[in-house]
Amino acid sequence: MTHSLTRREALAAGFGAVLLPATLSAQPAQRPSELKIGITTFLSGPASVFGVPSRKAAEMLIEEINQKGGIGGIPVRPLFVDEAPGTDHLVGEFRRLVQSEGVQVMFAAISSGSCLACTPLSGELRKVTVLWDCGTQRIFEEGQQPFAFRTQGYGTPEVLAPLLYLLRHKPDFRTMAVINQDYAWGRDSWEIWKTAMDALKPGVRVVAEMFPRFGSSDFSTEITRLLALRPDVIYSTHWGGELVTIVRQAAERRLFERSLFVLPVAEASMQLLGRTMPAGHIIGTRGDHWNNHPKPRDPAALQRFVDGYRAKFNEYPIYPCHHMAQALSALQAAYAKAIEAKGGGWPSDQELANAFRGLTFPTPTSTITLREDGQGLEDQVVGLSSHSERFPFAVPDQMILYPAAQVSTPAGQKSVDWLKTLQPAMVQQVGQPLSAA
Amino acid sequence: MAGWFEENGLLLGLALLDGLASAGLIFLVAVGLNLVFGVLRIINVAHGSLYAIGAYAAASLGMFLAARGLPDWAALPALLAAAVLVGILLGPPIERLLLRRIYLQEQVVQLLVTFALFMILEDVQKLVWGVQPVHHDTALKLLGTVDVPFGADVIPFTAYQLFLLPGIAVLTLVGLAWFLRRTLMGRIIVAVTSDREAASAMGIDAARVFLLTFSFGAGLAALGGALSSPTAALVPGIGAQTIVLSFAVVATAGLGQIEGAALTSLMMGLGRSIAVYFEPELEVVVPYIIMVAVLLVRPQGLFGVTETRRV
Amino acid sequence: MRRGETIFALLGAAGLIAAAIAAPWLRFVLTVALAKGIAVLGILLLLRAGQVSFGHALYIAFGAYTVAFLAPALPDAFLLLVIAALGSTLLGAIVGLFVSRYREIFFGMLNLALSMVFYSLLEKLYTITRGTDGIRVNTLSLFGISPERAGYEWAIFAIALILALGLGAFARLYLASPMGQALAAIKTRETRLEFMGVPARRILLAAYILSALMGGIGGALIAMTTRHVTPLLAYWTASGELVFIAILGGAGGVLGPFLGAVAYELVRIYAAATVADMWQLILGAVLLLVILFAPGGLWAMLAAALRKRAA
Repeated sequence: MTHSLTRREALAAGFGAVLLPATLSAQPAQRPSELKIGITTFLSGPASVFGVPSRKAAEMLIEEINQKGGIGGIPVRPLFVDEAPGTDHLVGEFRRLVQSEGVQVMFAAISSGSCLACTPLSGELRKVTVLWDCGTQRIFEEGQQPFAFRTQGYGTPEVLAPLLYLLRHKPDFRTMAVINQDYAWGRDSWEIWKTAMDALKPGVRVVAEMFPRFGSSDFSTEITRLLALRPDVIYSTHWGGELVTIVRQAAERRLFERSLFVLPVAEASMQLLGRTMPAGHIIGTRGDHWNNHPKPRDPAALQRFVDGYRAKFNEYPIYPCHHMAQALSALQAAYAKAIEAKGGGWPSDQELANAFRGLTFPTPTSTITLREDGQGLEDQVVGLSSHSERFPFAVPDQMILYPAAQVSTPAGQKSVDWLKTLQPAMVQQVGQPLSAA
Repeated sequence: MAGWFEENGLLLGLALLDGLASAGLIFLVAVGLNLVFGVLRIINVAHGSLYAIGAYAAASLGMFLAARGLPDWAALPALLAAAVLVGILLGPPIERLLLRRIYLQEQVVQLLVTFALFMILEDVQKLVWGVQPVHHDTALKLLGTVDVPFGADVIPFTAYQLFLLPGIAVLTLVGLAWFLRRTLMGRIIVAVTSDREAASAMGIDAARVFLLTFSFGAGLAALGGALSSPTAALVPGIGAQTIVLSFAVVATAGLGQIEGAALTSLMMGLGRSIAVYFEPELEVVVPYIIMVAVLLVRPQGLFGVTETRRV
Repeated sequence: MRRGETIFALLGAAGLIAAAIAAPWLRFVLTVALAKGIAVLGILLLLRAGQVSFGHALYIAFGAYTVAFLAPALPDAFLLLVIAALGSTLLGAIVGLFVSRYREIFFGMLNLALSMVFYSLLEKLYTITRGTDGIRVNTLSLFGISPERAGYEWAIFAIALILALGLGAFARLYLASPMGQALAAIKTRETRLEFMGVPARRILLAAYILSALMGGIGGALIAMTTRHVTPLLAYWTASGELVFIAILGGAGGVLGPFLGAVAYELVRIYAAATVADMWQLILGAVLLLVILFAPGGLWAMLAAALRKRAA
């Protein structure tokens, strides 16, 4: 029975190896030999359509950063964690990365559930956590998170901006339907939309509220029902493969000819849809980082990022890639600010957190400022899908830029409460058209 | 009651049409699982993976052939060819190398082996096809749309989902029933399903039967996947979603019962689509409610045969 | 053998404590492993009767959500444990009355169906359960004392360890008792059991209720440790995980579930840490290897090694 002992021994050895590393929960403020970042993202399951490109973007950008000398003079090393196994696994990994691996910073996460599980932990373990992609508005609205900072927008502006666009583009629609995924984002994004719509345009009749199971691959029944009901507007925050399926099935059955679609997170699926995506429907990108942004703050930087990503991975970057870039840009800015404040010394976790608060950092398309409560203010650009020779997929036309501060819930308020107070006049007052290049 | 029907009768009609297509797909996937369970008495958790691999393979084959200039009308046979390929290439190795070792073990162990295989195949799918959604809908577009009258309006349905899917499902049902009842091989399979020991005692080569049945079941799963691939974008994880529904169908239908699987699939397909129209929130639980309701009344499944109590 | 088992249990407990002292983050992992081990004890009882439940995640989720809902009003850990235990026992009794009539695949699938219905409810009743976002649990107090983080984690670890030892001992006693021994008879020839005048259904029901109790306790502990409960706790793959652990650890002795749970958690973490995107494949491969080459699981390997040393 030799191999039974060896297996036991192997297990014991693994156990021991895992015990050996030094374990400290608080990082001493001395200059480490490398800047380890724990990055949680989806590496399996349906959401890996976001996770894997974001990982590729992270690796590409970190390589560039290291070639230029790293951050604060030391090289950066990312440690990736898969969110797919679930929150209990993720919470364990968070602790392992902080307490055993000794990461300097955590980047979390794509899924809102993951963020909600990790942010309180960031406070307890006193480790700066950059919320790089999750959209739930609950993070900062349900309590203070002194060590969590979101370097991008979130659900409320991402839904409000397309709604404002719709109200300007087609102000007299009377009926609408919603088809969202049956999970927190699908429910939240509907609640935000409905509350805001009832305040800005009361009296719209919702003819159908459909929440297909997360991960559905067949929407033909839902599409038939929508064809029969003929709503003026169809709102959907579906993403990834499911959005691709819905658009293809709906386009085939001419639903796009009957109703105007509003798709706030459509950008990530545009490449896959190619020319199938019908023109003239409202699309969003959870931010302002469209490939064809007519007036980016730094056109060369945007071009460099997009071209670099394309050259390496043979596809255009999607919004999770841009969000990852924002997080890394913020990290560099924060460390620069903290190191300077300390006269060249290496900042402790608390000092890094202080540097993040109120931080302003550049992105290729604009600049983002982090508020007092940790929430980032990212402008939203919404447009109508259109095709041109420049890209083999749909990009927005007739774009309107919505400045972040005007479409984000003020600090300290809950989104649902704030949205109820919106005035119809807002539709014309907020939003600056971006002229096409 | 009559008033409700007047108002919603047309919608109900649409629901029935939608239900048919989805019932067809459910049947194709579940009947393979049911066959395998009937003969081998193994619940193959990896059945869902075979469905997914069938779908991916069909999409890949379609794209490969299209790039080589294959005319559009061949997209459909290409789907069927992909399913057959998957059945032939994956079925026998899995049965020979893996399942054969565990026939004498307890049921739970057999189940876990297929569960382990499922986990492995999930990552294999990612390795081979990546994480970006894959789709190839030439077959769907080929058949175009059919305008179904709806009062004063028309509802476009894809001919693929309205005619082809249910059609192939019905063909499979009839073909399987004929095969199992009228051919020698089929009757051997039925014999092994009802009583493995007695069948072996009669000189039936159980090993061959197992190999054949499993490969056939795998091919059917792959066929379900292949036929669904033109309608949906394929992403990691579609196998996991399908398998639970198939389990529910198998338990409801009765062991190895083809007609039971057909009737159950029909009920579940129709149930789900009616739910989407009138009470969307119920849609996900409809299959389970049906299963519990059937098993309450007929504990051995719809068409299941009560097992003789052995003393 | 029994003395060897007890000695090894105490040694194992000491080992866990040592590991938790050496590495604080391991404390978290081991507490979760102990909680899952307790739940798998319940699966073990049912395995003795030859029945596999594919839906015991229902009780884990129930226990966890009980804690999550009641924690704001009753932040005492012991009280919550008792309530969760009582609640899941009651639920187990109600479900068991229905489910204990069925055997084998029907038993498994019905449990699956019920757990999936619960999962759907947890997801859909968004306003109450926060759906997939989950509910956060704050640190609880124990007998009036509110320890800060490190102390709290130690306390929960200690509670889990004590409960594991206690429930393990109880399970061993139960399995040695007439009611426990009768379970094995259900697996071999249930009819003969009935002939002896022993009501098989009641035997199974008793074991089922006990397994629900253990699942609920495990779930409550998980909620208190991870401090974030999501509907995924009830998903069918979570139930599959429990069965996986049962076989990995070995169904031969009550130490098996805990060996399996600790091994499973460590392998999963190791796999995720080294090859973050292939962890499923590695877990599946490990399971396959154990099943094919060490079908009695880790416990059998351990027992064999102990016997060799004794011989």
